[in-house]
Amino acid sequence: MSPAIGATLNRVDGRFKVRGESRYSAEVPVTNLTHAVLVNAKIANGRITDIDTSEAERAEGVLAVLTHRNLGRVATVPRLLPSLAGLAAPGQTFFPLQDENVHYAGQPIAVVVADTIERADHAGTLIRVAYEPAPATTLLDQGRDRAYVPERIFGGLLPGQASRGDVEKALAEADVRVEASYRFAPNHHNPIEPGASTAVWEDADRLTIYDSTQGPSAVQFTVAELLGLPPISIRVVSHAVGGSFGSKAMVWHHPALAALAARHVGRPVRLVLTREQMFTSCGHREEQEQRITIGARADGRITALRHHKISLTSPFDDWAEPSLQSASVAYTSPNYEGVYHLVRGNTITPTFMRAPGEASGMFALECAMDELAERIGVDPLDLRMRNYSETDPESDHPWSSSGLRECYERAAELFGWHERDPRPRSRREGQWLIGTGLASALYPVTQPVNPQRARARIYNDGTAVVEAGVSEFGTGVFTAMTQVAADALGLPVERVRFVGGSSDLPNITAAVGSAGTSAVGSAVHLAACQLRDELIRRAVADDHSPLRGADPARVEVRDGKMVLCDRPDVGETYADLLHRTMTPDVEVLGTWNPPPQDAGYGVHTFGAQMAEVAVDADLGVVRVRRMVGVFAPGRVLNRKTAHSQLMGGMLWGLGQALMEATRMDPRLGRWANASLADYLVPVNADAPDVVVDTVEVRDDVVNPIGIKGVGEIGVVGAAAAIANAVHHATGRRQYELPITLEKLL
Amino acid sequence: MKSYQATRTAPAPDSAVVRGPGEVEVRLRVNGEVRRMFVEPRVSLLDALRDRLDLHGTKKGCNQGACGACTVWVDRRRVLACLTLAISCENREVTTIEGLSEGDTLHPMQQAFLDADAFQCGYCTPGQIMSAVALLDEGHAGDDDEIREWMSGNLCRCAAYPHIRSAIRRVRDEQEAGRAAR
Amino acid sequence: MRPVSYSRVADVGTAIGTVTADPESTFLAGGTTQIDLLRIYVEQPARLVDINDLPLNGIEELPDGGLRLGGLARMSDVAAHPAVRERYPVVSEALLLGASPQLRNMATVAGNLMQRVRCSYFRDTEAPCNKRAPGTGCGALDGVNRGHAVLGTSDRCIATHPSDLAVALVALDAVVRTEGPAGPRSIPIDDFFLLPDRTPEREHPLTHGELVTSIDLPALPVAARSRYVKIRDRESYEFALVAVAAAMSVVAGRIAEIRLALGGVATKPWRARAAEQVLDGAPATADSYRRAAEVELEPAVSHGMNEFKIELARRTIVRALTELAEREAAA
Repeated sequence: MSPAIGATLNRVDGRFKVRGESRYSAEVPVTNLTHAVLVNAKIANGRITDIDTSEAERAEGVLAVLTHRNLGRVATVPRLLPSLAGLAAPGQTFFPLQDENVHYAGQPIAVVVADTIERADHAGTLIRVAYEPAPATTLLDQGRDRAYVPERIFGGLLPGQASRGDVEKALAEADVRVEASYRFAPNHHNPIEPGASTAVWEDADRLTIYDSTQGPSAVQFTVAELLGLPPISIRVVSHAVGGSFGSKAMVWHHPALAALAARHVGRPVRLVLTREQMFTSCGHREEQEQRITIGARADGRITALRHHKISLTSPFDDWAEPSLQSASVAYTSPNYEGVYHLVRGNTITPTFMRAPGEASGMFALECAMDELAERIGVDPLDLRMRNYSETDPESDHPWSSSGLRECYERAAELFGWHERDPRPRSRREGQWLIGTGLASALYPVTQPVNPQRARARIYNDGTAVVEAGVSEFGTGVFTAMTQVAADALGLPVERVRFVGGSSDLPNITAAVGSAGTSAVGSAVHLAACQLRDELIRRAVADDHSPLRGADPARVEVRDGKMVLCDRPDVGETYADLLHRTMTPDVEVLGTWNPPPQDAGYGVHTFGAQMAEVAVDADLGVVRVRRMVGVFAPGRVLNRKTAHSQLMGGMLWGLGQALMEATRMDPRLGRWANASLADYLVPVNADAPDVVVDTVEVRDDVVNPIGIKGVGEIGVVGAAAAIANAVHHATGRRQYELPITLEKLL
Repeated sequence: MKSYQATRTAPAPDSAVVRGPGEVEVRLRVNGEVRRMFVEPRVSLLDALRDRLDLHGTKKGCNQGACGACTVWVDRRRVLACLTLAISCENREVTTIEGLSEGDTLHPMQQAFLDADAFQCGYCTPGQIMSAVALLDEGHAGDDDEIREWMSGNLCRCAAYPHIRSAIRRVRDEQEAGRAAR
Repeated sequence: MRPVSYSRVADVGTAIGTVTADPESTFLAGGTTQIDLLRIYVEQPARLVDINDLPLNGIEELPDGGLRLGGLARMSDVAAHPAVRERYPVVSEALLLGASPQLRNMATVAGNLMQRVRCSYFRDTEAPCNKRAPGTGCGALDGVNRGHAVLGTSDRCIATHPSDLAVALVALDAVVRTEGPAGPRSIPIDDFFLLPDRTPEREHPLTHGELVTSIDLPALPVAARSRYVKIRDRESYEFALVAVAAAMSVVAGRIAEIRLALGGVATKPWRARAAEQVLDGAPATADSYRRAAEVELEPAVSHGMNEFKIELARRTIVRALTELAEREAAA
């Protein structure tokens, strides 16, 4: 039996998905169901002076209209804490409908419950609200003079500034300096499935929420704190999640509001966010500007890096996506300074969005590197190699594994990089200027803070079920876990079933930060290994087993049969053992204790991105013609699903580079393009064929199965490679995303 | 040749049957089966399928014609269920993803999507597949450029687009080989 | 969506009579604009009169060599029709570059002309908009207006007309035929679309209950040498930033006949008559095209974010005409 890990197994839930049979959170059948809609504040700052709900309450089918006047107070408002911690993980330190104050446009101010979605929606428009508006800050430029350096950012996980060496001195002494500012439009995740919660109270202290989330337990803990209930009262189920990209990584208001509404009307409530509400209900990538200064010797060796960022955050939290982290360790640089500056504005707290920080920070760094390469007349790939750091420049610890050089070599080969004429505007095909560009990809390996658990049970027919509380939002985790468990148990994948998607299952942290599969995979691996060892232990201790008395270390399992390593003809199947001993099943709980983040190694995932673009010489239209991405994500559990994720990430980079932007109208304080017709994401016609490859690097440090994650690194550097290709095609540097055509006219 | 003289059509008095705005009985033929329900005329085909008939394979992504997740066939043509009123589909044949496969056997396009890993989260997938099958029927899968353009009405935020194209190519080539063999 | 009643009619007379008699009613055809705007409360009729059963979906030859597109003909059917493709490629191309395959299967050509603007202030019922709520002001004037018009604007409205088809039809001098309470009318397409001026809420000359029964394409040999160029941020499924519909014939290096219209840049589908005047009889060269483009965009007014459209429109005109000329030279 060949190992399942590394194979290209089709998704185990794929059959349901292609038949439309997977039940997403708004699709779970519930009897006596009612529908809730949120009504949102239309002003960005101020207070509600009057809210008249009488007409809405009288509308046909309406069961309740909840506002700050009648919702009741929540027990506590938990503080923002990234869901990787495994605790309550609210997206912001705020809960709406508690008083008359409005802090941002889109803040929920009422919940309407009715017997049908049409009636609830219409009743919502019958609520009359009078506001007393106050001046609002919704653009970075409105608040620059009020910027401050936060003590910590990112939910307290990271310091607001960091430095090493003497950056000013090194910059003053540098042979070459490249200095540039980069502006980034706000971005929204826009998974195709909107956030959705269905709340069902089975009893006064028994609540089930079907929720679209990256972390069922995070929802359980957060709602428990808000409602003042013990976690045992709340079960969160998430069978299938229609994409997230960070929008469902934290716990926003709608699950708790659905629960409160359901309690109020005494019937189950389904609350589905509208597409427009997806722009104001679950965070976003914040508007930001980054200023970067690289100092280098004449040969390109970097001596200093200064990287500042200024961005807009909410009234509640010091949030900035960590744009400076990966950039600070990408290359050797003895002198470094990174500082976050924040401006408080009238917005929901920004949040994780696929490659949070790395997508923007590495864009800035990799565009500046391209400028440096041009300045000193070195091939951009060569410049990266000259600055490759054998150790983590921050700690000087060795990398747990790297593979960056191999990624570049492989990418260059697949792309044909070395045939490139470095001169800008050197290639033209008719109206099209052709250019190529590259960038490094880095993404940190983040460890969960708390133990991760999975349960493995084998039945006496030799089939096994493995369980852990992760949700499946497109990562392929259910498939990969089937493979991990199958290999550890020595079973074919057809005899293993993985069950996830519920907070009742062994606790796994929310699958965020590309750490989801490593967290659950480590726990599953340990559980399955323990179960296998337990069965071997029983066999060698059983007088009736052909393996009696054998050294357990000399027993292995092949295709469900425990055999002696050196005498594969001697042994018995799991099923034989269990039947003979009249055992219905055997079950173990596997617990993985993640290593501390600082275990004496630098832990990052590396990759190389290359892109070719065609730019219409007259009209400025940019088309990406091909992309090559090679990554070293440690071990690859399933080439098919892993490559899909990497490819999807790269195409996210295309969207970031060329079209994604949420536009604020500062007079109204509202987004002016909160729809999928106006917030552009790539369509099929935009997506070129993408070549993805992986370089497998062995990593014994990060976790027992040596995986580093593929969910986000595909995004990192893709936009920079495209922007650098645009420069190569046109001779024009790009300092603002997205690169829309007016920048190239 | 017909005459194209402007012939005056006299306005007839308002004699049309008025249904609603309250709930009325609507009969839909969905996947070959007649389904009855009581809905208000404002109920979309999408909400009727999902909330009233428990045919939730058709997805709601934007509810305003901008994502394609709700793609179904009405009279064998791919359309958006979110911008279609259920009541306007009486006397028409509605086909959803649930009507595509026969029993346990997947439609070749479903199998191709599965094999090509042409989806990740799966939420846009039923709409993609309904579009992809229609695309072949329409004859718009000649080459990759054509597939790209004619599949652009279905957003996939996981960006499985290149794999969607390879799934469609496979079914197209199988169909062509099948025709050649006959 | 507010509660709405529904009627289905089978003949034109009943359709007109029914809507005429009920001021709160409106026609429902493809629904792609209508249902969308009902759902966001921008339009709030009390009654929908479904006209999809009316026998108005044919595409027929006209005795004079023109082509009649039934008002209810679907975008996809018109785009695929051999006569349209051969004799009016600009119409077929404009249709195929609009919306998505699914929407084109739903939307009718009459509905396409009747579609409302995509301006986000128009679509946001809480925002100022003179078109939706006369007298409330224009949110786009100093707002997020990257997609807005630079031609035909007023201080009351700068929303771009969203149709691609209409741009092609304006270039070809199509005629909109209607039936209404006052009888049939034929409206030259250029008169069908009104500039916003002081009354942006008035977009077309139709009366309540008047129904577009067909769009007549005139017999026009030059239309066989026509094309539609559409520039946008993504490669498909998006409204135009700039679009150009052009038909041109060149004899001995000089432009013998020219028809030019712009989309994406004006408050109505914009017939580029000033440019046509420059081009008529001029040498078929990039210089002529550029000069014509300059003249046409001379009155353009930008509002900040959309300033780039002026130069983009000029260049797109040059591109469209250059390619047409090349195509003809090759033929």
